[in-house]
Order: sequence, then C-alpha cells, then structure tokens
Amino acid sequence: MNRIVRDDGFHPDDLEHGEFLTLERLEAGVEAPVLLQLEPDADPGDLPRHFAWISGIRIHFPNFTDGRGFSLAARLRQLGYGGRLGAFGHLIADQYSQARRSGFDEVVINELMAARQPESQWLAKSGWRQRSYQAHILRSA
Amino acid sequence: MYRYSEFDDAFVRARVAEFRDQVNRRINGSLTEEEFKPLRLKNGLYLQLHAYMLRVAIPYGTLDSRQMHQLAHIAEVWDKGYGHFTTRQNIQFNWPKLADVPDMLEALADVSMHAIQTSGNCIRNVTADHFAGAADDEIEDPRPTAELLRQWSTDHPEFQYLPRKFKIAVSGSPNDRAVTRAHDIGIRAVRGKGDETGYEILVGGGLGRTPMIGKVIRNFLPKDDLLPYMEAILRVYNLSGRRDNKYKARIKILVHETGLDELKDRIETEFTARRRVFPGVNQRLLESLNAHFAPPEFVDAESSEYELRRTRDPLFRTWCDTNLNRHRDSNLAIVTISLKPVAGTPGDATADQMRTIADLAKNFAHDEIRVSHEQNIILPHVPKAFLPRIHDRLKRAGLATANIGLISDIIACPGMDYCALATARSIPIAQEISQRFDELRLERKIGPLKIKISGCINACGHHHVGHIGILGLDRAGVENYQITLGGDATETAAIGKRPGPGFSAEELIPALERLLDAYLTIRLSGNETFLQCYRRLGDQPFKTALYPDSARKAA
Repeated sequence: MNRIVRDDGFHPDDLEHGEFLTLERLEAGVEAPVLLQLEPDADPGDLPRHFAWISGIRIHFPNFTDGRGFSLAARLRQLGYGGRLGAFGHLIADQYSQARRSGFDEVVINELMAARQPESQWLAKSGWRQRSYQAHILRSA
Repeated sequence: MYRYSEFDDAFVRARVAEFRDQVNRRINGSLTEEEFKPLRLKNGLYLQLHAYMLRVAIPYGTLDSRQMHQLAHIAEVWDKGYGHFTTRQNIQFNWPKLADVPDMLEALADVSMHAIQTSGNCIRNVTADHFAGAADDEIEDPRPTAELLRQWSTDHPEFQYLPRKFKIAVSGSPNDRAVTRAHDIGIRAVRGKGDETGYEILVGGGLGRTPMIGKVIRNFLPKDDLLPYMEAILRVYNLSGRRDNKYKARIKILVHETGLDELKDRIETEFTARRRVFPGVNQRLLESLNAHFAPPEFVDAESSEYELRRTRDPLFRTWCDTNLNRHRDSNLAIVTISLKPVAGTPGDATADQMRTIADLAKNFAHDEIRVSHEQNIILPHVPKAFLPRIHDRLKRAGLATANIGLISDIIACPGMDYCALATARSIPIAQEISQRFDELRLERKIGPLKIKISGCINACGHHHVGHIGILGLDRAGVENYQITLGGDATETAAIGKRPGPGFSAEELIPALERLLDAYLTIRLSGNETFLQCYRRLGDQPFKTALYPDSARKAA
C-alpha cells in the first residue's frame, strides 16, 4: 500500500483506486472532473483551459536524480493551478522540502520506501518553510 | 566583505546538522549508496582515488584572515597539513575521513564558510574576478551580484537535481579575468544607454570534452531582472537539458542542439512569467549588499621605502614587475602571491603558508584575501609602503616566486596523482616544465605565457583556453600528451587548436622547448607575446617546430 506524506506525517493513499488520465486522454475531452498523471517531459502549456476539469494531478519521478518534476510543479503553479498536486515515484525524504517548496502538496511513496525511510525521517523535513534563501530574498527586498 | 546575517549563520549550521544526519542514515541503511551520493556531493564530499576529498567553497574567491587561519587549522587537524586551491576558487582537502567531515563542516560554519554546492548536479559556487573592488578598469564590483546569486542558488528547490553541474561566473570589468565565456552562464557588467549599469548574459560556454565559447543571449539585462532571468534559463535547462547521456547533459549541448534563437525564445517566454514573481526585488537587495563590499578606507601613506627598495634590491624589483597589478588607488598595489614555486604543486599551500598569508593580510592589507582561478592568492589592497616587508615575509615562507603570468605560472588539475577520473599525470608535468625553463633561464625572455594542463578530457585544468594547452590521455596504457595552441581565457576567448599528434611524457618537454625556441626566433620583438605571434602567423611555423620529422618528409 502506498503512503501519502504530508507535513503531519503518513496517510493512506485515498486515491489508490482513482483513475489517473494521461495528458492525451484529458485533451481528447472529458465530462466530469478527473485525476491527471503527468510524466516529467509533459508540456503543461495548454492545461489552464482544462483546470476546471481537474480534481488532482500527480507528477511522476522516474528516478530521484531526475529533477524535472520540481520545475514542472513550479510551472503548473505559475500557470495558476491551485488544486491538489502530488509527486510520486522515486523520491527520498531528503527531497521533501524541495517538493513542498516547488509547489507540491504531498509526496506519494510505496511501502518499501516507507519501511526504509519511516515517518520520523519525513517529519524531520516538515519545517520546509524555514531557511529558504529564496523566501529570504523576497522578504529582504 | 560580506558578513553573514543571522539567517546565513542559522542556514549553514542547520545544513551541517542535516549532513550529520544523512551520514548516520547512510550507515543505518535508510539511504542507499546511490541515494547518499548526490547528498554528499552537494556538501562538497567526493570519493577520490585514494580517499574522500572535501571541496570547500570560497564564494567569489574572497576571504579574510580569520577564515584563512581556520583553513590552516582544518588542514592540520583533519588533513595532512596542506590544502589545494582550485581553478574554481575553492580549496580542497585531500585526505579527510568520512566520520570527521561533519566536524570539518562545523569548523567551517564557525567562520561563516561552507562546502555547499561545490559539487553535484546543481548550481556550483559562483566565481568572480579576483581583482574585484581593486582593479582600475572596473565598471562595478562583481561581488554583490555574485553574493546575490549565491543566496538565490543555495538550496534552490527547483534546481538541486539538474541534468548536470552548472557554473556561473561574474565579471565587473571589460577585461575578463573570470573566464566568463567558458561558463554555463557568464555575467558581465556593462554600461547601457544613459550610463546605467546592467549585465551582458552569456550562455553555453564550457570546456570538458566538447569545448565551447559562451554565446551572448542578452546584450543588456537590467539589474532588476537578474533573478527572474536566471530562473528562466535554469528552468528551461532543467526541463529540456539532455538526461540520456552525461557527456551531452551540459547546457552548452542544449544550446548547440536547439539553436540559440529557439532557446532564447523559450527563455524569454519563461522570463516574462517569472518576472511577475520577482518585481524589482534585487535592485533594493543589491543596494544593501553593496554596503557589505564597500572598499576599505585607504590612507595616503609614505611610499619612499618602496621606491628605495626597488632601486636597491633586484629580487624585489623582479617580484614587483611580475606579481603586482595596478590598484585603482595609486598609493596601493594588488599583490599576487604565487602558489607555483619551481617544481612545486600548482595551487598547494601548507598550513604555515596559509597563516603567513593571513597575517600579512591582517597586518598590512586591509584584511582581505582572494583566491584566483589561476590557483594563486591575491592581496587586493596593499599600501605600497608595506611591499618591502611583505616581500621579506613571503621569501621566508617560500611564497615569493616571481612568475605571475609567465611560463611556470601553470594551471594544472590534480591529475592521476589524486583524481579517479584522470588518465594521465598533470602535476609532475607542470613541475618538469617549470624546472626545465628555470634551468634554461628562459622564463623572462619568453614573457607572458599561459600553460594549462588537464589530466583527462574533462579539462579541469582549462587546457582548451591555455596559450599552450596540454591534455594528458591514456593510449593503450601509455601516457600521451596532446598539445593545443592559441587558446585564450579572456574577453577575446578562443579554444586552442591541435597542431598534430600527441607526445609521450619523455618527448613532451623537448617538444615544448622546440616550440618556444621557434617563437623566440620568429617573434617581431620582445614585446610580441606568444599569443600575438601565434595569431599573426597561424600554426604553421609552430607545427614545423613541433614535428620536424614530418616537416622534413614533406619538403
């Protein structure tokens, strides 16, 4: 079973049985709010006209060293997406702050990762709002 | 000099605690070796040929005596009593133990230093002109800009897992001493219409196995726009840089494969959006940073002692002629302390030497020290009256080599003596060259000449931009040294060209002797430098000198 990691710790994945559509499916047209799964090479440029139809997005991290998902999340927020945004795939606890500060609400990890890096290791990163140089620059200007 | 704020101090200390925790989590198995690797690299810790290596950042090459004393202390307590200054204004300790590294980082934090982002696929330590704030040709001091970039790039959440490393250099002068054209991004202060200063932005420069000179992507960027423009470049690179082949992952390849115009369009689109988030932010911040870098108060001092010593002491005069640069205040000089003694290791300094330098800076030179990308140490603000005393102390410490800009002032990577990637030795080659031309007493006759040596194709020794570049390769188990000619690291940057096949270690020094004999014969006068001569005549006469046998056969 997957776990959802948020600032207050582990939660069961409420979307485990949800149907995630690809970008291509979404663009073909839908009739009810849907969940969307994005690969890191997705071009979100046309997404804003679909935002009303999207109830949640998850961005795939094929490997923890592949940082495209962070920029993709930041770009989605910049485009005005205000809905639920999760990261899933291979992410480590040490990346939780980066995920949150790039615009993700939560990180989805599998059972093996949850066992190897238990809740306490993720909770240790829950103070991600502190010590952000980028926020510090905005404050001091 | 920049003084840490409470925020900076809390940040570096939290970072040490985080790294201590990461080391423990590697040991208890929470982190795999694969997962730990980028985390340790982001904290400057490499696994080298014989041991770990810790690379410490010296942001834009600036430090004070207290920090230099601490580097000496670290070298003695946790290393073998010396450190190695690098071409990216860092210092490397070559023999730390993994378990000691958090304590070393703690000792650095005690003097407002760190090893953050000196390695790994992220934005690296930002470098700048080592004469910043002292040079007489400066449009503006590049360090406030470099410090702003240090803060912005530190732990930037989007850019910690880039396709590859990313290097930024800043120059505030028309004369480029920061090699901005060989960086992923080069930033040069320029004056726009109406005398306001802004930046020229270069992108896609880099050495390595595919050397490229950076291209101008913006002629004039208003200062307000710096951070959103940097974010735009980095975001486009992060999303579209190649990740399928590490040798094609640098932004220079993206520029090359996408085309500058297309890439520029993408960056401008992203920039327009990012700018809304950073409205005029950094102009105000830059003003507060400028205050940190205000020049010290220079007082008019009696310099007759200096003039007198110049006339009486030929050694002192020779040292002054090579190792001093003009300061913007005529009462002062910029002193370059050579870390290239004859037959020494370029860039190495012992703990005692570091302390000597620190004390000289503290007592005589407004407590400022710089590290140059050419692996020397600079005292940027020295009243001329103190030069005789400084020279005396440097002589006693083995630091008075008078060779700046000459043939023995060689840049060399660590090479096979330390580096796991190297395919050949570079330090011993540098030592042989400096020794041989010292024996021949030709150094001064040859004049300004930059030799740069890399021990493998990754080009850490910048050989592509050496007037004479030397690249050490492995040819079926035998070291082979390729020569390149005509490279240039300045504002007239050029990649050197290979005149022909490489040489064995034994053949190399005689080949260089033939090359430089030819130069001395064909130069117009003693004023025509090697590079000027090469540019005037092309490579033919030098080829003939390097390969006399094939020249004879052709005849």
